[in-house]
Amino acid sequence: MPVTCKEKERCLTALVAGELDHHGARTVMEELDRRIDQAQPRQLTLDLSGLSFTDSSGIAVLLRAHRRMGQVQGSMRVVNTPPQAGKVFRAAGLERIIRFE
Amino acid sequence: MKIENQVTLEFPSRSANEGFARAAAACFAAQLDPTLEEVNDIKTAVSEAVTNAIVHAYPDTLGRVALKLRIREGNSLEIVVKDWGVGIADVEQARTPLFTTGSEERSGMGFTIMESFMDTLRVRSAPGKGTTVTMARRIVRRAGQ
Repeated sequence: MPVTCKEKERCLTALVAGELDHHGARTVMEELDRRIDQAQPRQLTLDLSGLSFTDSSGIAVLLRAHRRMGQVQGSMRVVNTPPQAGKVFRAAGLERIIRFE
Repeated sequence: MKIENQVTLEFPSRSANEGFARAAAACFAAQLDPTLEEVNDIKTAVSEAVTNAIVHAYPDTLGRVALKLRIREGNSLEIVVKDWGVGIADVEQARTPLFTTGSEERSGMGFTIMESFMDTLRVRSAPGKGTTVTMARRIVRRAGQ
């Protein structure tokens, strides 16, 4: 479950690719935590264009990243959400909490 | 309704088998000629049910998880995920959105996802004996079939 990060002027972009399930969720969470702690970004952009599958583990990953960004007084947005992931996130009502673009 | 085809898989409750289980379900469902969205719905629901068994049924040990896939008359796919683990004392509570006894990589939305992606969902559980989750989804026959 690879996470690739780019950082520019305290804007962190994280690309999450592959299949995101319970098996891989912890690694993704820890990597995002580490990058947020390091960069203290004003904004985190989660780019899900390479996400081929997610289940409710993805909901937990997004909520945690959102909470961590709140702790460092930053904002978070999610871009390029594939249809399968979008359906999972909508079923959980995540669009009421997280900004999807 | 008559069973037209079926397969049973059994595997230990290792998290690496979550991906295997949903891929196997998608392969079996392919004979119903589902749309990509229907395949994804099936994979998502199977992933939730199997993950529940892996995370909750056997918290400290490895145990057996069975995945039964059946095609029933009328183009319907039935999915049964069974474990022989600790069981659920209060099934209604477990099905409540956001309720979880898991660690923070669990969102408490597993049953909600299964309910919204499948046509039916039944959960039977007895503490100390295990849990059986039965879901069904009718695959719409497309024009030309």
